Amino acid sequence: MPEINVTPLGAGQDVGRSCILVSIGGKNIMLDCGMHMGYNDDRRFPDFSYITQNGRLTEFLDCVIISHFHLDHCGALPYMSEMVGYDGPIYMTHPTKAICPILLEDFRKITVDKKGETNFFTSQMIKDCMKKVVPLNLHQTVQVDDELEIKAYYAGHVLGAAMVQIKVGSESVVYTGDYNMTPDRHLGAAWIDKCRPDILISESTYATTIRDSKRCRERDFLKKVHESIERGGKVLIPVFALGRAQELCILLETFWERMNLKAPIYFSTGLTEKANHYYKLFITWTNQKIRKTFVQRNMFEFKHIKPFDRSYADNPGPMVVFATPGMLHAGQSLQIFKKWAGNEKNMVIMPGYCVQGTIGHKILNGQRKLEMEGRATLEVKLQVEYMSFSAHADAKGIMQLIRMAEPRNMLLVHGEGAKMTFLKGKIEQEFSIDCYMPANGETATVSTNPSVPVDISLNLLKREMALGGPLPDPKKPRTMHGTLIMKENSLKLVSSEQALKELGLNEHQLRFTCRVQLQDPHSDSDTLHRIYTHLKSVLKGYTIQHLPDGTVMVESIVIKVSSSADDANTKVLLLSWSYQDEDLGSFLSTLLKKGLPSGLC
Amino acid sequence: MAAHLKRRVYEEFSKTQVVQIPHEEAPAKKLRLSKPSKSAALHVDLCKATNSTDALQYLLHFARKPVEAESVEGVIRILLEHYYKETDISVRLKIASLLGLLSKTQGFGPDCIVDDAINALGNEKSHQVLAQLLDTLLVIGTQLPESPTIRQRLIEVACKHLSDTYFGVRNKCLQLLGCLGLVDAPLNKDGEGPGPLTGVVRDVQSIISDYFGDQDPRVRTAAIKAMLQLHERGMKIHQIIYEQACRLLSDDYEQVRSAAVQMVWVLSQLYPESIVPIPSSNEEIRLVDDAFGKISHMVSDGSWMVRVQAAKTLGSMLQVSPHFLEQTLDKKLMSDLRRKRTAHERAKELFASGEFSSGRKWADDAPKEKLDSNTVYLIASGACGAFVHGLEDEMFEVRIAAVEALCQLARSSASFAEKCLDFLVDMFNDEIEEVRLQSIHVLREISTHITLREDQLDTVLAVLEDKSRDIREALHELLCFTNVSTKECIQLALLELLKNLNKYPTDRNSVWKCLKFVGSRHPTLVLPLVSELLSTHPYFDTPEPDMDDPAYIAVLVLVFNAAKSCPTMPALFSDHTFRHYAYLRDSLSHLVPPLRLPGRKQVCGLDPVDSGSGSGSVESAQLFLQQSLNRVSTIQNLEAPGAQDLLDFTIRDLLRLGELQTELAGAADFCATYLRCQLLLMKALQEKLWNMAVPLCLKQNVTATAAAQQILEETYKLEFLYSGLDSRQVATIHHVRLQAKALQLVLTARTRQGLDPLLSSCEKFLQDVDSFQRLFLTELPHLQDSFVDKLLELMPRLSSSKPAELVKILQTTLRQSGLLQLKLPQQIHRATATIIEPTGESDNPLRFTSGLVVALDIDATLEHVQDPQSSVKVQVLYPDGQSHVIHPKPGDFRKPGPDRHRLITQVYLSHTAWTEPSQIEVRLLLAYSSSSSSSAAKEGWSDSVDGVPPPEAAVEGTIQFSKPVKVFIMPKPARR
Repeated sequence: MPEINVTPLGAGQDVGRSCILVSIGGKNIMLDCGMHMGYNDDRRFPDFSYITQNGRLTEFLDCVIISHFHLDHCGALPYMSEMVGYDGPIYMTHPTKAICPILLEDFRKITVDKKGETNFFTSQMIKDCMKKVVPLNLHQTVQVDDELEIKAYYAGHVLGAAMVQIKVGSESVVYTGDYNMTPDRHLGAAWIDKCRPDILISESTYATTIRDSKRCRERDFLKKVHESIERGGKVLIPVFALGRAQELCILLETFWERMNLKAPIYFSTGLTEKANHYYKLFITWTNQKIRKTFVQRNMFEFKHIKPFDRSYADNPGPMVVFATPGMLHAGQSLQIFKKWAGNEKNMVIMPGYCVQGTIGHKILNGQRKLEMEGRATLEVKLQVEYMSFSAHADAKGIMQLIRMAEPRNMLLVHGEGAKMTFLKGKIEQEFSIDCYMPANGETATVSTNPSVPVDISLNLLKREMALGGPLPDPKKPRTMHGTLIMKENSLKLVSSEQALKELGLNEHQLRFTCRVQLQDPHSDSDTLHRIYTHLKSVLKGYTIQHLPDGTVMVESIVIKVSSSADDANTKVLLLSWSYQDEDLGSFLSTLLKKGLPSGLC
Repeated sequence: MAAHLKRRVYEEFSKTQVVQIPHEEAPAKKLRLSKPSKSAALHVDLCKATNSTDALQYLLHFARKPVEAESVEGVIRILLEHYYKETDISVRLKIASLLGLLSKTQGFGPDCIVDDAINALGNEKSHQVLAQLLDTLLVIGTQLPESPTIRQRLIEVACKHLSDTYFGVRNKCLQLLGCLGLVDAPLNKDGEGPGPLTGVVRDVQSIISDYFGDQDPRVRTAAIKAMLQLHERGMKIHQIIYEQACRLLSDDYEQVRSAAVQMVWVLSQLYPESIVPIPSSNEEIRLVDDAFGKISHMVSDGSWMVRVQAAKTLGSMLQVSPHFLEQTLDKKLMSDLRRKRTAHERAKELFASGEFSSGRKWADDAPKEKLDSNTVYLIASGACGAFVHGLEDEMFEVRIAAVEALCQLARSSASFAEKCLDFLVDMFNDEIEEVRLQSIHVLREISTHITLREDQLDTVLAVLEDKSRDIREALHELLCFTNVSTKECIQLALLELLKNLNKYPTDRNSVWKCLKFVGSRHPTLVLPLVSELLSTHPYFDTPEPDMDDPAYIAVLVLVFNAAKSCPTMPALFSDHTFRHYAYLRDSLSHLVPPLRLPGRKQVCGLDPVDSGSGSGSVESAQLFLQQSLNRVSTIQNLEAPGAQDLLDFTIRDLLRLGELQTELAGAADFCATYLRCQLLLMKALQEKLWNMAVPLCLKQNVTATAAAQQILEETYKLEFLYSGLDSRQVATIHHVRLQAKALQLVLTARTRQGLDPLLSSCEKFLQDVDSFQRLFLTELPHLQDSFVDKLLELMPRLSSSKPAELVKILQTTLRQSGLLQLKLPQQIHRATATIIEPTGESDNPLRFTSGLVVALDIDATLEHVQDPQSSVKVQVLYPDGQSHVIHPKPGDFRKPGPDRHRLITQVYLSHTAWTEPSQIEVRLLLAYSSSSSSSAAKEGWSDSVDGVPPPEAAVEGTIQFSKPVKVFIMPKPARR
């Protein structure tokens, strides 16, 4: 039985550092290559030594596929390709390819320039790495090599996020990356056709959540921001530079315009400019509304949102600031948070998921005193709000995707173990399919049942068709006789005559003969006749002939009668049948062994 | 075979000719020439064609021209003959399609070619051509609805070809079965023994349903469509189909799923109450509930077409049980519905415990208790959350469909309306305006069932700041019909409306109207607020507010309307409030109701009838109207003394009545206008000029001519400006018009010398009389003793007499004819238009470079206009007398309510340079087309030669029906 092996190097019962190895049909594919937000040491990157102890990865991997540009899905890419060494193709969608290097560069700057780490990848490495990228279009089937093909589907989540179908022969795996089943203010919903993959590898960040309608969420968010602004407070919204931030920007922008609010909205970090530029460009990847109205006005050309300068944080009066990163673990958002944390008028709204160990996670869990670097403690007085804005599919969304794709097996990654267990149970019960949730380094193995295509000769098919009705009926499988020839990697089903001819073999007949002794006082010819009449009465619907040369033929079975040498009353019947008539022949022999009924004349 | 056919065709030709010649001697030749030419030409062409491409070209060319009914048969024979000879598939295909086209020809009975077509079908090898031939048979079959034998044959043919391997053939066969399958009888009953393949008697339905499982999705779709077709033709679909249709809901192909949704819906409407078992459990539910659950499931389908279909369908499943209905709004996880019926309590508990986090609080999703996983389904296979999904859908088409479905369901179920309120209110924040607007409209429609809570009202009112006027006005409309629960809500609403008024002053009327309804709906809630609203104080006098402040008026409208059904309220009013009441009651009588104010009779000063209840006053006004008309009808002769005065007074009364009673404004106006026509006619006839000699009256007849002209115009207004006229009234109007025309004729005869123009106008007049008689033949008995009546008596004499004589007769008839009594119109509404924008108040000229264009935004409301898209025009009149008529696009009209339209459009202005800014006039015109209108208008123009200028800015066939608005513009010379 062929098998598909899936091994997560990251994101197995965990969030962050997504990196999943799939081996399917003899091909090895790496899905995503991300970093972990919670760690600053080696644990930050996936453990590539799992693949090979030393040396380059190129010969072990057939391709690398990046689902979207979030760092926990692409952060380790330059490290893997340039420092560990990989020269094969890297696949990602066009927007991902455009935005990914910006984020990587930002990541590098923070790590190297701010924290002063050494032995980290350089700008040049990012560039070199991006040169290996092959862009993908939605629904475009790309042949990686002769057997391996991949195809991207729209995933929502962030601009350019894609789900990928990986196919070798008739075996296939779908990897969802991060996806969102409900559309938001700037992106549509994920969609996949009924591709029935062998394994669906799905994220499960919100495995135990069913969220309220997004409209409630939006309204709550706007209300909170509005109230805080009216009080004169400052609102900090930590976001990842790209993705959620754009949605919230559009939301606030339209709200500001509608309510005619004057308080300034700032967006930190310089990369916004560049990123917004790409958002304006890749209009086809956004939702219906933006696609339809961009001719009049591109929604990403903000009127109220201005770039942030560090000095603004001390300005008096209300303001809204979007700052990176989203989990308050470093950078500008953390700085601003420190500044504003002391005032209870201020507010921080966490719009998404926070990994354990980050400050975001701590304050969300109600910690009011934080230990900062250098033993200082920070008292948190400002209001902490949580709005689930991260565009991951919730439990219902995951189930919906399963229903859409109809996979044969399910595999959960990118979520917390406990929550996964819950969802796993649900999936197994609802769809009655197997569900796996391997931890990092664990391998899940799924044996597949690939269909083997066989060429059938047209003559044989036609002959069979002629036998039983014109249309094949899917409800009734039919058996047919033929010979399967395996020759040079191709399978052929032909009629046996043709097979003999092709293989240059002589036809051999296999006949069974059998003697049956019978007590019968009549003469040979009479006995034969009695047998004939007997069989005629028993076997209705068969052709039974009494041939003049002293034999009875039932179909192709020959019956002869001769008297035994010692006793004239004991007749010896000679039955002979060919292999094809085995059933009928054995039936006849048992029938005749019972003897002839006496009432026959 | 072919030769034989050819001979038959020729024979047929000669036969038809032979038949026709004796019938009509003279035109026979013509027929003979034209008829064979068509088919013969085709024949020649086809014979000439050396290869199939040529033949195809000829056929394509031939198909462009229509064929007369009588030559169809010949053409068909030729085509068939060629068909048998032809070896090329494409040509045969074309011929087959031509056969279908030809048999659609009006007046041609296609039964004669059925045999040939079936025959051809039997010999055909190509699948495409087979499909086309079946299509032709389908056309023939639908052309011959009442021929059971042919039908039977066609059905047999279809059944025979159902087993074809090509999907197109199977499609067509199914279509044929769907369109022709016998509704009542099972298939093989009268077919004289079953066919060789079908051993048992089977009906059409089971045959079609066999193909639900076909391997080709197109065939599956066709099978469902055929079944739906059967349903449309009145055949009762068996319930067995339900299960099969449900299976198709999970088909791989969207068109199949979409059709299956329809099928399931149809069955759910047919057998709502039958019981179906639930697989994997031993319980049973009603079929309609089951179907509802299944279709709800489709709202989260992968294809948006299916989602739209499903969402729409849900709206019409009104028989569904309430608890199923409510599930559609529930996205929260809950135990499977079916279990809920037996373990209701437990399910409720589960729901309440909230297994899943809402996502609003951090970490509230830590699983609190382990649930029995047997009872919890994540994708509830029932109706769970269908609408929540639908309303959040990516495509706005789905969202709109879902909103509409919600509306339909909510209208029939009060409890559901209550539940869906939150969701609809949420939709007010949708990103697409259409959706927002639609949800506001929907909320209005279901508002009878609901009472808004404060927080909901808050969300609703937030939309008042929306930029779009449509949205704001829809919201005003909604507030008119909304019930609120507390006095705080009233206060909130008032506050927001005043804010709205402040921000968008043009919303004034709409806001006032809205407050009127809010007040009259919630008198008891307004009562505790009165002193606060009017800022009165128990001890101190407060300053009198400014009477012209729209906000103050708004408050007063609210209070007065509340006071109407709350007699204790006026006691809280201060003195100036009573004065303001009197003022507003008079100036804004449509917004301020009559109040019974104690000891204030002299202030309100209304007659006792009017101060009665609302409906009573309408009745009394109607009575008054009738009495006025009766009074007028006593005038027998136009020359009776005092008649003019009576008319004068009556007109005045009616006009005032129309102002006071908005319900009767249309009727009163209509009557008044009619009477004015009569009055004018009367005056014109009583002028002294009639007694003068012809040469002397050149100067004096100016008034009479003007009167005639005016009457004509008024009659057009009467006819086209008012809706709801019956034919009797139209006849009366035409009658007045005829009188006016007669008057005009008489006047022309008196002033103009020369016989020629007179002769032609006499002729025209006689034509008019004639057409009047034709148009109103049924109404003539009611016009006893009228002008026309007399005229028609004299008709034979008139038509033969000389113009001078005719004029004389007309003159006497006119003077002798009595006043035609007007029947009191029942439901008459006057079409009105008000231009809201531009307001005409701006002093800042609109500057633009001459020769270029500037766009002027026009916003107008139209009431009681039928078909405004074609009839309403915008006219722009420049100071130099130039006028432009602009036809607004159909898309510029919106329909915010019954009998109301809104025109929001842009007109483009351009002019050469002016030295200083000047005003242009913009107005709306109502275009009409009357059979005699064009000639009448022309007459008007030609008459203008002798002194009377045409009325200002008259446009042919249009009525001005809005007040003109002046706009300051300034085209500047272009700078070089």
